[in-house]
Amino acid sequence: MTSAEQNQDIGEQLQQQVAEAYSRGQPLNICGGSSKSFLGVGSNAHPIHTTEHRGIVSYEPTELVITARSGTLLSTLNRVLADQNQMLPFEPPAYSANATLGGTMACALSGPARPYAGAARDYALGCRIINGQAQSLRFGGEVMKNVAGYDVTRLMTGAMGTLGLILDFSLKVLPLPEYQLTLACPSSVEDALHKMQALGGKSQPVTAAAWIDGTLYTRLAGARSAVIASAATLDGDPLTDDPAISAQFWTDLREHQHKFFQQSAPLWRISVPPLTPPLEIKGDCLYDWAGMQRWLFSTDDAATIRSTAQSAGGHAQLFRADDQLKALVGVFHPPGDHLMNLHRNIKQEFDPAGLFNPSRLYADL
Amino acid sequence: MSTALFSEPQTPLEESARMSLVQEFLKFLPDESVLHVDEDLLPYESDGLSVYRQKPPVVVLPETIEQVQTILRICSARQIPVVARGAGTGLSGGALPLVNGIVLGMAKFNKIVHIDEQARTAVVQPGVRNLAISEAASDFNLYYAPDPSSQIACTIGGNVAENSGGVHCLKYGLTVHNVLQVKAITIQGDLITLGGTCLDSPGYDLLGVLHGSEGMLAVTVEITVKLLPKPSSTKLLMAAFDSVEQAGDAVAAIIGSGIIPAGLEMMDKPAIIAAEAFAQCGYPTDAEALFLCELDGTAEEVADQISKVETLIRNNGVTRLHVAGDETERLLLWKGRKSAFPAVGRLSPDYYCIDGTIPRRHLSTVLQRMNEWSEQYGLRIANVFHAGDGNLHPLILFDGNVEGELERTEELGGKILELCVEVGGTITGEHGVGMEKINQMCVQFGSDEITQFHALKNAFDPDALLNPGKAIPTLNRCAEFGALHVHHGELPHPDIERF
Ligand SMILES: Cc1cc2nc3c(=O)[nH]c(=O)nc-3n(C[C@H](O)[C@H](O)[C@H](O)COP(=O)(O)OP(=O)(O)OC[C@H]3O[C@@H](n4cnc5c(N)ncnc54)[C@H](O)[C@@H]3O)c2cc1C
Repeated sequence: MTSAEQNQDIGEQLQQQVAEAYSRGQPLNICGGSSKSFLGVGSNAHPIHTTEHRGIVSYEPTELVITARSGTLLSTLNRVLADQNQMLPFEPPAYSANATLGGTMACALSGPARPYAGAARDYALGCRIINGQAQSLRFGGEVMKNVAGYDVTRLMTGAMGTLGLILDFSLKVLPLPEYQLTLACPSSVEDALHKMQALGGKSQPVTAAAWIDGTLYTRLAGARSAVIASAATLDGDPLTDDPAISAQFWTDLREHQHKFFQQSAPLWRISVPPLTPPLEIKGDCLYDWAGMQRWLFSTDDAATIRSTAQSAGGHAQLFRADDQLKALVGVFHPPGDHLMNLHRNIKQEFDPAGLFNPSRLYADL
Repeated sequence: MSTALFSEPQTPLEESARMSLVQEFLKFLPDESVLHVDEDLLPYESDGLSVYRQKPPVVVLPETIEQVQTILRICSARQIPVVARGAGTGLSGGALPLVNGIVLGMAKFNKIVHIDEQARTAVVQPGVRNLAISEAASDFNLYYAPDPSSQIACTIGGNVAENSGGVHCLKYGLTVHNVLQVKAITIQGDLITLGGTCLDSPGYDLLGVLHGSEGMLAVTVEITVKLLPKPSSTKLLMAAFDSVEQAGDAVAAIIGSGIIPAGLEMMDKPAIIAAEAFAQCGYPTDAEALFLCELDGTAEEVADQISKVETLIRNNGVTRLHVAGDETERLLLWKGRKSAFPAVGRLSPDYYCIDGTIPRRHLSTVLQRMNEWSEQYGLRIANVFHAGDGNLHPLILFDGNVEGELERTEELGGKILELCVEVGGTITGEHGVGMEKINQMCVQFGSDEITQFHALKNAFDPDALLNPGKAIPTLNRCAEFGALHVHHGELPHPDIERF
């Protein structure tokens, strides 16, 4: 690819396409790299493609801020950051080599570092979007502290493209840790849940904790001296001496390449408060985020799974399943009546004609 | 300026309507919770930005969620505006009363409901003071990270409404990064729960949107915050320089090297001198610039980082480098910085605190321009910055008794904010827009963005009763101010009458 192709702004063309769709009342399906097209309820709305709108707009390593267009590949972004020893701290999953920045922020998924480093929304500084009336708008900015106007950037983060088409995004970035090490320790799930929660309450360089099939895995990362000193005080043995292999373990977990994910039942993502005991749902469960994000392959019925998660103070999302089941039971946990009304009002204010990603998040948005 | 704060005419509440409102509130609130005579109303006339004053017609001080719901339902039915208020330490006139609305004081919501040691969370009422949370959590070796300099007085409800920061937010984040859940009452009187104790919640990030919304979307009645373990080791390093530029380069070098200090605060010469005179904390008063760099974590990590930071600073022209010898000295060095505002306050009858953020690389350009303006306006400026994240607090010294000096100060302040926007920054890092920076909003945003902001408010508050007229200017006001940000060379909304 020539550098012109890697770096091009087709914002005005996209705005034009939205304007035409608006005038015709034609719904649009916003498509980046389609790496997360499985997430949410699909529709056959007319596609609008962002992949050509790509390139890093600005990057200042000493200011910890990067701005890139929505079609920029997540892999490109990660590489550019790694060249300066920096990273996206929330470790977003790509799920495919085609993943783009726009989809990453619209889906707002975060990797194993989430309980320690924060989520996608915690690094969202600013964005440029096209709203449902084809206006190109800029919110937030490229500085870390900014309270001018409502925080529309966070509103866009995780909105599944239902409020606007993301043109570009500014993110806070952080240094890559100097060193990392993974400890593995055989453990019952109950024991692991307590250990993982307690560990976060100590001043230790923990950056991930997961329980998979009888083993508690803990990632330590930061200054080498601190990691080594910390490892000496914790249970478990290093998974490997090679930091690259340690990193690969967490990459596989994040990308659903770990062998746990080779199952065919519907996959649920269950989010629960700290120290929630194992839920009474049939199926095979992996505990990430110190036990607060659970991946569950289960054929139990959706209502049971949702109500069980909800009674534990959490919620359940039908992450991967066939289209029929997704359409039947919905993908995202409903937010309750008052909040659902607010969702409808906000959708109406950003996208009055209901153009963007109809029904992808909730059936009536 | 303070005489014409609102461009739209404000019609005071008629006396009969005021008294009937009081009667209605007295049906479910005790006498002492419904203030309506002048002497009781006086303390509510302004927030921390005391150059703006307005006596409120009525102040109510509820103490239960149901009372807040009833108050909001009444105001909604009667179309009476509502200004929520915490401790009134805000610096942008966010809690400034309206002539036609009530002040909803949240001071009686002052209980820490629950601290969960294992989950490391605290459930608190919005009127709880910021520092009180860390004090209560201290028994469990935990603390609440965001630490605004006003933390002994400001409330957590105010912190959410302003998305307040503190000297430790470079590493630990702003209020929005440390709040898990908020219960709030909408203007319709509905109780809503935003966020939750899980690490995410379904649907739009309404918790994020509520942060920094300046009391314009809903009234917060309960907040669940995240508590952090106290770091096992903390070290503070003080470095002095011959120029602000060198200090700025040293800051960039530290962050570029991959170290994120817990706090990184800088002061210029006038601020150093004022702070030293006030706190006698050992700052070198001959320095042109000074920064405090705090590192925390495990003992190994801190030892490792402090030696790296020392090397980096030495390579960037430091004139004095000192690591606090013990906890007492560390706190004393912080005291100087944290009391910079009152310290500067002693140098001059009045001072005005500005709050812009800039990309840090433009620091010396911005400071130079400020120095030129300072001479031009004949007004002294002392600077304190949250240097790690580019948040500037120029303090303009003035004398309100000198005819025209406040107006000149406001004009200078406005110019500084516009300069922040010009170099790619923002008009407010943490103090909010409120009433104060409403004109500069027209510089930072175009008419389409401003319209979208109003639309978002409309989704929550269709009759515009929650803190109306604050934070987001009307397009008319921007036209009047003559500063609508012009997109692609076209004047937005040519149909709007200009003044
Ligand atoms: C000396 C000094 C130092 C300061 N230092 C800092 C600093 O370091 N960092 C920083 O960020 N700020 C700082 N501030 C500004 C101020 O303290 C913060 O903005 C603080 O969050 C305001 O809290 P408060 O309780 O006083 O709110 P108030 O001033 O009473 O109100 C502020 C805004 O919040 C709204 N509000 C209050 N309570 C509620 C509620 N329950 N529901 C909905 N809306 C509500 C009000 O309507 C208003 O818009 C400083 C102020 C002073 C005077």
